[in-house]
Amino acid sequence: MKASRRQALQGYLFISPWLIGFLVFTLGPLLYSLYVSFSEYSLFGSPYWTGLDNYQRALFEEPLFWKSLKNTLYFVALNVPLSIIGSLLLAMLLNQNIRGKTVYRTMFYIPSITPVVATTLIWVWILRSDFGLLNMMLEKIGLPAVPWLSSTRWAIPSLVLISLWEIGGQRMLIFLAGLQGINQELYEAADIDGGSVLQKFFHITLPMLSPTLLFNLIISIISSFNVFTTAFIATKGGPANATLFYVLYLFKNAFEWFQMGYASALAWLLFIVVFAVTVLQFVLSKRWVYYESE
Amino acid sequence: MKASKVQAWYTSKQRREMFDRALTYVIVTALAVMFVIPLVWTVSSSLKSNPQMYIFPPVWIPNPIQWENYARVLQEIPCALFFKNTLWITILAGAGQVLTAAIVGYGFARFKFPGRRVLFMVLLGTMMIPREVLLVPQFILYNNLKWVDTFKPLVVPYYFGGGPFTIFLMRQFFMSVPTTLDEAAKIDGAGAFRTFWSIILPLSKPVLATASILSFQWHWNDFISPLIYLQSRENFTVSLGLRMFQSVAGIGGVPKDNLLMAASVMALLPILILFVFMQKHFVRGIVMTGIKG
Repeated sequence: MKASRRQALQGYLFISPWLIGFLVFTLGPLLYSLYVSFSEYSLFGSPYWTGLDNYQRALFEEPLFWKSLKNTLYFVALNVPLSIIGSLLLAMLLNQNIRGKTVYRTMFYIPSITPVVATTLIWVWILRSDFGLLNMMLEKIGLPAVPWLSSTRWAIPSLVLISLWEIGGQRMLIFLAGLQGINQELYEAADIDGGSVLQKFFHITLPMLSPTLLFNLIISIISSFNVFTTAFIATKGGPANATLFYVLYLFKNAFEWFQMGYASALAWLLFIVVFAVTVLQFVLSKRWVYYESE
Repeated sequence: MKASKVQAWYTSKQRREMFDRALTYVIVTALAVMFVIPLVWTVSSSLKSNPQMYIFPPVWIPNPIQWENYARVLQEIPCALFFKNTLWITILAGAGQVLTAAIVGYGFARFKFPGRRVLFMVLLGTMMIPREVLLVPQFILYNNLKWVDTFKPLVVPYYFGGGPFTIFLMRQFFMSVPTTLDEAAKIDGAGAFRTFWSIILPLSKPVLATASILSFQWHWNDFISPLIYLQSRENFTVSLGLRMFQSVAGIGGVPKDNLLMAASVMALLPILILFVFMQKHFVRGIVMTGIKG
């Protein structure tokens, strides 16, 4: 009895840094921001309670709120499927019996470890409408130039392109680890039964990989909803607010216009949306994710 | 060859395998080149004279090679200071992150206490909170503490467990270390902290290295926190300096795109060098936690 109490005490002691940090730097701020979201606060003086005003303003009065939400959803809708499918295909290619695997893996992975500000500046240079490398190459093969980041139509696809390059290698690595964990005997058995490539993919690879897929999907959706730095550096939300993403809008309200109350309301709305999407995925995942140990 | 002949050629199992394999190499190589081209183009651009930046068709090998672009970047922005600041933040925050995550991870892995499961679920749950949601209230907190425009907001919070991903990484590792070692130390009369510090920690070098690399990558590349918390130029990190250079390079006079590319290369270089030597740990860290700094 005494030994177990002692053990419990020691356990609490060991986790206390996190426990204190959680209360002070996460839970406390989270609750405080809930309070601030119901008030007006510009960092000077103290928050002034205004009830649901901020939420009402976001949902019914500010066209930029909806614009930024729409932009973000468009980015998520393009970025998530492309990055998942693209990196899965890359991983499957690299999972073949080929030589120089580590070299290839490194080439795909390098963009993922570099500072986003630097890589975004690189892409701004590559995507310039005049003298940008990509347009010069398009011109060379006889295709028309594209006004990438400077047109309202192409700006978000351009940012998706940058993001795919930045993150693809990393998602691929996670898939690759998942693929390598699949028992090869399953494929051998399928070969004996004369299973086709597609059958093997849908009946072995996909089910066995489904936990990895869920993980990548959740991470990918959360990070796509939070897209910020690329747009902040490359377009600053322009042209004509075409790339004003939700977090960029939140950032401007908080740190350029010092509307901390309104920005907190925006943060909570984002939190609710992301949380709902994540929970929904866990619920839906029961239908398609297969855990071997069950 | 007629279609039937092609088909006959392809149906031969050996040839088909060879063909498939060659195709795989072609596709993988093409894709890998596409991933690397932007970086090669950056290095090439960073060494060009200004007129060579803006000619068609694109020039891949600069002529003449202008090494002085790098010297000019050093003149135009205080790079050494930015590097020093970034390194300082990265090391201070990283040390706290790795050390306290190991302590907390050990706590979750080894001790039984009421509420352990719930607390661990809470810890995992905090992974789902987008940090953008916490930006505003944390800024208010640090503003009240008069921490804004110091390194404190970028360092101090990492001495409290270092975030759920690092703790999770540590805990998973400690779960795989046999408890017999702890018990042996206990019989020898060592206390819990002593056991952790002088028996378990020395055994944990691989996971400590992985966590350190992840942490380095995260702090070195971080942009949004320095952007919010650091205001005066003397405190800027490399990423902030790069953004500052982007905005001044665009104002009037001769365009400085070649210098901007040189500055970008300089920002990439430290992490690339680290990657060359520690590739294994980068890969392991990503596979185990799935985050990008």
